[in-house]
Amino acid sequence: MNPPGRDRPRQHLLSINDLVRPDLERILDLTDSFAEVSERAIPRVPALRGKTVAWLFYEDSTRTRLSFEAAAKQLSADTLNFTVRSSSVNKGESVRDTVQTIDAMGIDAIVVRHSCAGVPHRVGDWIDASVINAGDGRHEHPTQALLDLYTARTHLGDLDGARVAIVGDILHSRVARSDVLAFAAMGAEVTLVAPRPLLPSSLDGWPVTVTHDFDDILGEIDICYLLRMQIERQASALVPSLREFRAEYGLNSSRADRLPEGALIMHPGPMNRGVEIDGDVADRPNAVITEQVANGVAVRMAVLFLLLGSGMDLAEGSRVMAA
Amino acid sequence: MSAGLAAVRPHGTVAIRGGTVVDAGGSRQADVLVGDGRVIAVDPAGVEGDRTLDASGCLVAPGLVDLHVHLRQPGREDAETVETGARGAALGGFTAVVAMPNTDPAIDCAAVVREVQDLSAGACCDVYPSAAITVGRRGVDLVPMAELARLGVRIFTDDGAGVQDSQVMRRALEYAAGLDHLSGGRRVVLAQHCEVDELSAGGHMHEGEWSSRLGLGGQPSEAEELMVMRDIALSRLTGSRVHFQHLSTAGSVAMVRAAKEAGLPVTAEAAPHHFTLTDACCADYDTVFKVHPPLRTGADVDAIRAGLVDGTIDAIATDHAPHTSADKERPFDAAPPGMLGLETALALALTELELPIERVLALMAWQPAAVAGIDDRHGRPIAPDEPANLCVIDPGVTWTVSGAAMASPSRNTPYEGRELRGRVRHTLLASEPVVIDGEPQR
Repeated sequence: MNPPGRDRPRQHLLSINDLVRPDLERILDLTDSFAEVSERAIPRVPALRGKTVAWLFYEDSTRTRLSFEAAAKQLSADTLNFTVRSSSVNKGESVRDTVQTIDAMGIDAIVVRHSCAGVPHRVGDWIDASVINAGDGRHEHPTQALLDLYTARTHLGDLDGARVAIVGDILHSRVARSDVLAFAAMGAEVTLVAPRPLLPSSLDGWPVTVTHDFDDILGEIDICYLLRMQIERQASALVPSLREFRAEYGLNSSRADRLPEGALIMHPGPMNRGVEIDGDVADRPNAVITEQVANGVAVRMAVLFLLLGSGMDLAEGSRVMAA
Repeated sequence: MSAGLAAVRPHGTVAIRGGTVVDAGGSRQADVLVGDGRVIAVDPAGVEGDRTLDASGCLVAPGLVDLHVHLRQPGREDAETVETGARGAALGGFTAVVAMPNTDPAIDCAAVVREVQDLSAGACCDVYPSAAITVGRRGVDLVPMAELARLGVRIFTDDGAGVQDSQVMRRALEYAAGLDHLSGGRRVVLAQHCEVDELSAGGHMHEGEWSSRLGLGGQPSEAEELMVMRDIALSRLTGSRVHFQHLSTAGSVAMVRAAKEAGLPVTAEAAPHHFTLTDACCADYDTVFKVHPPLRTGADVDAIRAGLVDGTIDAIATDHAPHTSADKERPFDAAPPGMLGLETALALALTELELPIERVLALMAWQPAAVAGIDDRHGRPIAPDEPANLCVIDPGVTWTVSGAAMASPSRNTPYEGRELRGRVRHTLLASEPVVIDGEPQR
């Protein structure tokens, strides 16, 4: 089944858990060089000329998809855009049939987003191309974690020992799952800050500590990472009200004032201004939220290059959380 | 099919030679002669018949009884039919299965009960339709239980869902207690799929360490345990029998054990996957491991095994639940729960449980026959004039599980590629061989 000339097994980027610190550092180092490409007058290198990358997004996404497209174009890859809304998926075609059809067109990688956890894993079992997880349900969003690491490292240097607080709706957040693994792999100390109903039922094996008292830790963190509150999930009454959530867990001005000098405020977007983050806080100089978006392109260039163009292995293997 | 059967029937007697006869009375070396639906002779000195089945090195046992199978007919004949399900059952050593009512339409009225009974004529095993407790399995209005009991229904269940409303369940239990005169003195039993919907809503696997890591919605053990607790209380209130289906948690086993010690008329079953697999199997999002109730933790597996050993759990029931590959290839959240079980259940019990063969057969033959109220025909002693529903088991042979090789049009076995010990060699239904040397005869 493998196209001619393919001399090593396909690699995927499905979970940060498949990567160890040297893998992450290699990706971040490579991101540095691709960030330089993005700043050129003509931001384009021929690294992936002749390679084809397909997008398969079963869930709406603006920034992630645009970021991947920009990354592929700057590497001179060809792209195939499979828009779910206009496709045979709406005629009842299964995910497997869809991806095998796309694979048959001769692609090298497929970038998959789906509202159900695990779909990229299954796609990896069904096709020959490399699979990049662009967000699966509430499971993981690995490239978001990589761009978060890159952004944090740019400002703070080595992340070993950095104190990271991840705040808000951990339960429904694929960003939180990937970021916990990524920051912990880099040696950071991760604290989850959330009311119990917004935490996963079990944190066994997670390299984290937990607190329900945001104010208690504000003065001792280097990164305050706020998650988007899933307002639509309020129907299931996980917290009494958004008003109470904001009062207990929102980053308002007075809380932001108490962060240590130089501490970063991060958010994966899109923000609910006035819920998890107050409007003016998001615009402070130590809020690096738009920088995260900007770094997304270079990080995704590094991932695509490592998977398709480098001849290097993306992952050396072992996992942060033991299986 | 009836013409074909007529041609097969007049085979005369069958001699089962060289085996060890095992039933509730113990085991002894003997040949067995059967014919005309009955056991004719059990003789250590040997028997001669019109046909001979070799049983050397094998166990000659009562045919197995499965309290819990989904035969998908009417409604999903692409996944399974009564015919293919019964064939798989016979290959697994079963001579009787209880078909669950969550078909489409549900088995909730006389017409559908009769339809399944008609479809069962000439099948490889006896198929006893259960019926829903409530119309459409919607948990509101009781089905015509007396009418269905007259047709032969002995087990009522809304399986696939539990009866959520306590008052509805109470009324059903009270009403069922007055139906014994319609069923030949054999008691009608209400069986419960224990799951409190509010707690398990949005869940697709056991809630715990693995669901949290995988980002999948969880079903806590307590969703099952709360309904077990409630139905034990309702059994106490009404004095009626309750049968607990597919127990999956340590807490459930402990509560049933205590209820039995208190003298309440409760019985329970457990499925092979709940004493062999854990939630860690879901780590790669393979939907073949998605099942309701979900695979639980290692501690739960240990508790189910302990319940089987100490008699808290009365029966091993497969919860055989075929699904097409297309359905199982949907995302984990969307794929239907369930796994094949008929052709692997006995081998799993022999391979995984450290129980003497008599205990395994108690859990798979005479005890479930008693729960189902069919112990006049199945799970009987192997003795002259008894019904000749038998299976011949080769306890030492090892084999490799293959979904593609099974009788079901579905392939969703979670044991694909697994090597198991012990396999059914022959199965006889009313003295007719329906499986010979692992090959179905119908």
